[in-house]
Amino acid sequence: MSGKPRLTYLNGRGRMEPIRWLLGAAGVEFEETFLETREEYEKLIKGGSLLFQQVPLVEIDGMKMVQTRAILSYIAGKYNLYGKDLKERALIDMYVEGITDLMQMIMMFPFSPPEEKEKNFNSIKEKATNRYFPVFEKVLKQHGQDFLVGNKCSWADVQLIEAILAVEEKIPAVLLGFPQLQAFKIRMSNMPTIKKFLQPGSPRKPPPDDHYVETVLKIFKN
Amino acid sequence: MAGKPKLYYFDGRGKMESVRWLLAAAGVEFEEEFLETREQYEKLLQGGSLLFQQVPMVEIDGMKMVQTRAILNYIAGKYNLYGKDLKERALIDMYVGGTDDLMGFILMFPFLSAEDKEKQRAVIVQKATSRYFPAYEKILKDHGQDFLVGNNFSWADVHLLEAILMVEEKKSDVLSGFPQLQAFKARISNIPTIKKFLEPGSQRKPVPDDKYVETVRRVLCMYYDVKAN
Repeated sequence: MSGKPRLTYLNGRGRMEPIRWLLGAAGVEFEETFLETREEYEKLIKGGSLLFQQVPLVEIDGMKMVQTRAILSYIAGKYNLYGKDLKERALIDMYVEGITDLMQMIMMFPFSPPEEKEKNFNSIKEKATNRYFPVFEKVLKQHGQDFLVGNKCSWADVQLIEAILAVEEKIPAVLLGFPQLQAFKIRMSNMPTIKKFLQPGSPRKPPPDDHYVETVLKIFKN
Repeated sequence: MAGKPKLYYFDGRGKMESVRWLLAAAGVEFEEEFLETREQYEKLLQGGSLLFQQVPMVEIDGMKMVQTRAILNYIAGKYNLYGKDLKERALIDMYVGGTDDLMGFILMFPFLSAEDKEKQRAVIVQKATSRYFPAYEKILKDHGQDFLVGNNFSWADVHLLEAILMVEEKKSDVLSGFPQLQAFKARISNIPTIKKFLEPGSQRKPVPDDKYVETVRRVLCMYYDVKAN
């Protein structure tokens, strides 16, 4: 029963990607089941595996976990990426939630109607450069440490490097004007587990394409 | 610096209501500063109090906390409403995630057009009765305990009661067919701190009205049309 965690989702980033990142950063190997048809999804629901009829689903330590945040919190806690006390956890939670708001915009982007894509793109750019990146630039500048919280790698750092790379895919020069984040990006990318996750052949998924969008709409049509 | 937590938000439910519920359930007194004008909000922004330029913001234990989930996690942890170990916390997080999603359908409700409100009301009831309530009904039935997790009162119980009452405001008989939840509602409502919070004069906020919507739009300059999710 115990063994590698098993992730059930579509073969793409979506809401599962932060989980792949966090397991990758923690050096934890995992298996994946990819949903490709509506039938597979309905079978999963009928089997009772999905507490709220939704994926992501992660089978880990005898639990069938759903709800992305719950899964991420559990992994962070289990692998010591959640700070050393309540106050560090509070900072990590604040940072992660902020980054998640930004990532949510990126995640929803492929599904925006064509006439809204430009507006949404600009919104991502504006929020990244005026709301989110300045915060983390300042945090790093003020304490001068390598990591966001408690001088130790945490879930917040993994979430931030994921977000930086995701935004850069849309806006390659987005880190101009953020020297701390540029250095942070290099440092994090060179951590052995993350370096491995960034190499071809890792479980990291590519940016969503039309096929992925089609699959999502087909499987989750309501 | 230590003193009562202080909540910065509009004088209404919104995203802050779950925080009020949890503090009250924990028996923690708190103060509130209500945003009524754009100027107040801009002053908060300029003062650097809002990490991501947003409210809710809660001053607690020397921190200016933002991000509702972070605030709730902290309060739950501090007041022993977060289970006894990682696995109980995982269950609580899962259950709270569900009730959060359910209440999310209600959050934007006051901002919708009259026509969209009717559609959304149906969506809320449908989601509650076919997705969320059955899950919690089953959990309670399966273990037969008074509380959702670990036979101990936790954040998950507070959040579920809040969600039940909110959905009932949209359809008063929505719990028919859910006997476990009916009993749960009665039990949790009778916990002394919660009973107190449910009485008139507490800091619980009423169902949002047009005045609330106007205030939010004015303070946040949020004049665009809000669509249902």
